[in-house]
Amino acid sequence: MSRSVLMQGNEACVEGALAAGMRFFAGYPITPSTEIAEACAVRLPQVGGVFIQMEDEIAGLAAVIGASVAGKKAMTATSGPGFSLKQENIGYASLAEIPCVIVDVQRCGPSTGMPTSPAQGDLMQARWGTHGDHPVIAVSPSGVQEVYSLAIRCFNLSEKYRTPVIFLMDEIVGHMREGIVIPDPDSYEVINRPLSGVSGINKTCFHVDPGEWVPRMAPFGDGERYNITGLIHDESGFPTNDHDTARKLMERLFQKISCNYDDIVQVENDMMEDAEIAVVCFGGTARAAKEAIREARSHGIRAGMFRPVTVWPFPEKELRGWIPQLKKIIMAEHNAGQMLREVQRVTEGRLPISFIGKIDGTLIRPDEILQKINEANNEKMQ
Amino acid sequence: MKKCSDLVFRYMRVDHLPQIWCPGCGNGILMRYVAAAIDDLKLEREKVVIVSGIGCSSRAAGYLDFNTIHTTHGRAIPFATGIKLARPELEVIVITGDGDCTAIGGNHLIHAARRNMELTVIVFNNNIYGMTGGQYSPTTPTGEYGTTAPYGNIDRQFDIPLLAAAAGASYTARGSAYHTQQTIKVIRDGIANPGFSLIDCLSPCPTYYGRKNKKGSAVDMMKYQRDHGITQTQWDKLSEEERKDKFIIGQLTKNDYPGYTAIYRQIIEKKRENTENKDRK
Amino acid sequence: MSKVLVLNPDWCKGCGICAAFCPTEALEIVLEKASLKENNQCILCGRCEELCPDYAVFISDTEKHS
Repeated sequence: MSRSVLMQGNEACVEGALAAGMRFFAGYPITPSTEIAEACAVRLPQVGGVFIQMEDEIAGLAAVIGASVAGKKAMTATSGPGFSLKQENIGYASLAEIPCVIVDVQRCGPSTGMPTSPAQGDLMQARWGTHGDHPVIAVSPSGVQEVYSLAIRCFNLSEKYRTPVIFLMDEIVGHMREGIVIPDPDSYEVINRPLSGVSGINKTCFHVDPGEWVPRMAPFGDGERYNITGLIHDESGFPTNDHDTARKLMERLFQKISCNYDDIVQVENDMMEDAEIAVVCFGGTARAAKEAIREARSHGIRAGMFRPVTVWPFPEKELRGWIPQLKKIIMAEHNAGQMLREVQRVTEGRLPISFIGKIDGTLIRPDEILQKINEANNEKMQ
Repeated sequence: MKKCSDLVFRYMRVDHLPQIWCPGCGNGILMRYVAAAIDDLKLEREKVVIVSGIGCSSRAAGYLDFNTIHTTHGRAIPFATGIKLARPELEVIVITGDGDCTAIGGNHLIHAARRNMELTVIVFNNNIYGMTGGQYSPTTPTGEYGTTAPYGNIDRQFDIPLLAAAAGASYTARGSAYHTQQTIKVIRDGIANPGFSLIDCLSPCPTYYGRKNKKGSAVDMMKYQRDHGITQTQWDKLSEEERKDKFIIGQLTKNDYPGYTAIYRQIIEKKRENTENKDRK
Repeated sequence: MSKVLVLNPDWCKGCGICAAFCPTEALEIVLEKASLKENNQCILCGRCEELCPDYAVFISDTEKHS
């Protein structure tokens, strides 16, 4: 049965993760994500799970990957400097195909910046943060209810595609308190990683069956013996320098995401059906954007909001679909223009784009977006 | 005709042998001791996990026929921590090197020891960064040479078991490639110890450490271990001066402090019960 | 059941540790590989097996190998 509660975004992240089956959390305190660790410390033992506060951010993700290898759904949470420190092990989980969820509650500035102020400056880091070419899934919520449901979705994508998933929250939603409905467990799907069920030595532990995208996994201790490495490896899980093997592995890692684009990518279209002016934004910025387009509509301006919920892979197909009907795009984000680059890439100069970016720790206000909408509307008249 | 001994055949991935280590490297000898200790303890093979980091030592994980995971540089201990916490019934053994364990991974070492996490950390200590070609490590003695210490190393060296014991490890010991029975015994005792165990295993590196520091051949370096490794009893009888170039082989420290997962399990049992009771009301 | 010393030249890297620590000096390195000297003095003590980094020398039951 569903029930209504007042909840903070960071708490909702934990409750959603628990609903998805998270039973392990390892992390390190860092503002503004700390409440996630605190809530995990309280909640996990209650459901037979394990919480541990590690000695640093790097160890947090390392322990999470270890727990996942041993069969648990595992998560870590961080912010700002901590997200930088986690990058190497994100790459490990990506290449070794270990499911895990990394929550980044974005805060302002490079370095220590402004720890309690909101920003969305980790968008590109979520995509390119770890070294080497690699695919990525990153999901960004705009409110507390969505934090809950997307936390479940992050685990589902991670388990299904055996990949780290970045839950790209921001301080706006992390510290926001809202009434939300905790859904009935029967109302959402929970996906578990595909299991191999082999016993004894498994010499094909990284073999992918026809029609599948990822190798079936065997939790350590379930009766199978095999090797996992962060080196380029063959089907047996052993390191190789063979270029053919390397190419095939890397192609599959990319294709398991790109070929399942439609399953992975989600967007929110708000009043886009007849829109001529689209406000593009993600995460907590959507709150201001929604208010602005409603205000604009009340003055007869055909404005809408296009919001990538899945930010990586970037929903280019969905955005491209709106281009013919649009006159202008207003890109609003709490950074110096990171999603702007993606929008420019996708629109290929076919539309004028105006930009609102804030990097001083203040919030983009509805009236600032509305002003840009009005300007766009006036340009259209001219 | 069989290619190797029963022990090697049973516990190693023979199709991946011969291993990649240099001629005379102590790592191969020590890896066999690990297998021998596991054999002595009659551990169920599917319940043993070998975790390694990055470096020469860490290639051991690939050769041992258990659940094995070759992780990132310095992070073997936190990966192992996650595995152990997720499944406390598993026997989790970390094979690491002096650089991996005490330089880039030094923070993880002391904190896993502080928690008395139920892991057995076996350090293949060769006093040098071998994989990258001979740079000084935290266990390179002061005054000795590495490619990055061309004028002599001015750092002081870590005594790894002392460090681990001070941080809270419940078992520490030292072995060497030369001291077969003693080293197998301390690995066995370390695995059997319920808390955090640290076994410093001296491993000759004739290719880099030996060559850079005129230590002679692999044989000469093994002889050095033979002639300078002594028992605790012998050590106790020596003067400060006589101890200078000697090291103890065998158990160094041991206590009965309970392990982390054992304590955490009590929290789970208590909190789970409370929540269930609340639900019933 | 009798025992025998087995050498595996495919794995031997010729480091010389087995020969150096053989209590009866029964082994030598020839062309970078461990080999048993002609006047076989091996007492099958197994010290070479314990110290070989490459598992290229070991004591085996002959029956299993026939």
